[in-house]
Amino acid sequence: MRKHLFNVGAILRGLSITFGYMFRKRPTIEYPSVKKQHAPRFHGLHELRRYEDAKERCIGCELCSSACPANAITVIGAENAPDARISPGERYAARYEIDELRCIFCGMCEEACPTDAIVLTPRFEMSDYRRGSFIYGKDRLLVPPDAGRGQAPDDRPGGIPGDLGRVAKIKSTTDVAEGYDATWRGGILKTQRKGLGSL
Amino acid sequence: MNAIPLWLVVLIKSGILLFVVITTFAYAMLAERKVLGWMQLRPGPNRVGPWGLMQPAADAAKLMLKEDLTPKSADPLIYRLAPFISLLTAFSVYAVVPFGASSSGTWAIGNVNAGILLILAITSIGVYGVSLGGWASGSKYPLLGSVRATAQMISYELAMALSFIGVLILAGTTSLDGIVNAQTRWWFFVPQFVGCVIYIITAVAETNRTPFDLVEAETELVAGFHTEYSGLRFGLFFIAEYVNMLTVSCIATLLFFGGWNAPLGLTMVPGVIWFVLKVGCFMFFYMWLRATLPRLRYDRLMAFGWKVLLPVATLNLVVTATVVALR
Repeated sequence: MRKHLFNVGAILRGLSITFGYMFRKRPTIEYPSVKKQHAPRFHGLHELRRYEDAKERCIGCELCSSACPANAITVIGAENAPDARISPGERYAARYEIDELRCIFCGMCEEACPTDAIVLTPRFEMSDYRRGSFIYGKDRLLVPPDAGRGQAPDDRPGGIPGDLGRVAKIKSTTDVAEGYDATWRGGILKTQRKGLGSL
Repeated sequence: MNAIPLWLVVLIKSGILLFVVITTFAYAMLAERKVLGWMQLRPGPNRVGPWGLMQPAADAAKLMLKEDLTPKSADPLIYRLAPFISLLTAFSVYAVVPFGASSSGTWAIGNVNAGILLILAITSIGVYGVSLGGWASGSKYPLLGSVRATAQMISYELAMALSFIGVLILAGTTSLDGIVNAQTRWWFFVPQFVGCVIYIITAVAETNRTPFDLVEAETELVAGFHTEYSGLRFGLFFIAEYVNMLTVSCIATLLFFGGWNAPLGLTMVPGVIWFVLKVGCFMFFYMWLRATLPRLRYDRLMAFGWKVLLPVATLNLVVTATVVALR
């Protein structure tokens, strides 16, 4: 009998717990309308970047392609014509394709790139209806030329929906000679920490 | 008033009541999903319309557009008929439920002097919908579900009826109007506390809701008696479940919580509003139970019904009868 009374008490306690939960703060983030701040070093969609004078950074060396553990990157390089250069180096990427369905977003391409041409942005909303459209060519990976001149790619008119990170200003072609430039990473970190605080 | 024939009055009232009950069902469903969500730290449905208020309409549209399948092995006539039996019995109870002081006959369709017996009788037919539906599906899980439903409803109906009788002895009448009028001073949950608790427990079992939803225990029986049903026919079972929930809430309010009598002498608020509030509290209680309690094991459910509820209900009845006789 006492055990049964104890059970009644347990049920009442359970009821009080569920009732209390009704008034708790719900951790749901209503995704399409409210977006969660991603981690500062989030690996999202790739971007092929340019120098400030609109030349492509990619020199078609295929190091990203060989570094890629998922074999997601295809680079076909070509010689630059001396009068109409596409990249400052000898060669440029005639075709540059990333299969985003194969990609595991590890960021090794980014690390392998000697010119900081391929970069993982924090963009992650890439859903589509066809498999074929997940093969991103230069048309979608490359930052538009007008955005490269003195303007950070993410300050493009209209901006990028869902893009919370800010890529720091791209330095001009000449800065490459001075070696690897990591300042843009720091820029991302700073703005994103600010974003995290407001969450 | 004399100019309108009685049948027309009843027809109009029935139409209004049907509309009210179906709307209540729709929003009870939304409320249940909301309450369950909140208790599980989720926001609940909130995509369709502001605050998810159009969700019932979206669900209805979805159910109507879905294919209505009949399994090959099913008994086609009974299979198609069963949801209607469930729904019809669920709705017809409201013919005798008074929602307000019905001396003038405004707040009830029919003021039957044996209302409570009629309600018991009609709700008992409701089990046919469930058991025939499960049986006629010609499939194992629905059959198990309907067998469970039959056994569970019969065993809990006994204790439920016994818990009614205590109230009937105190009120001295079987008319629902009379029972509510007998509660102007004391709501019957005070003198009939044991009966009230038994009624609430059996009502959960009668409506096949958690923790007594063995009939549609998804972990064991897929979806129980309505496994094979789809589309609108499933929707009818669904409506019947919620309307039954509303019915037992109404009965609990009428029998134990003073119906439309205002608490603490707050008579400036109309009785109907008190009635609706009390029914709403009961509906919330059922959702609350569902969010809290796990499902009982089947043998324990039966043991609880026969070895605990029935003896306690009988004892309660004997004590009540003795006290009333000696007074």
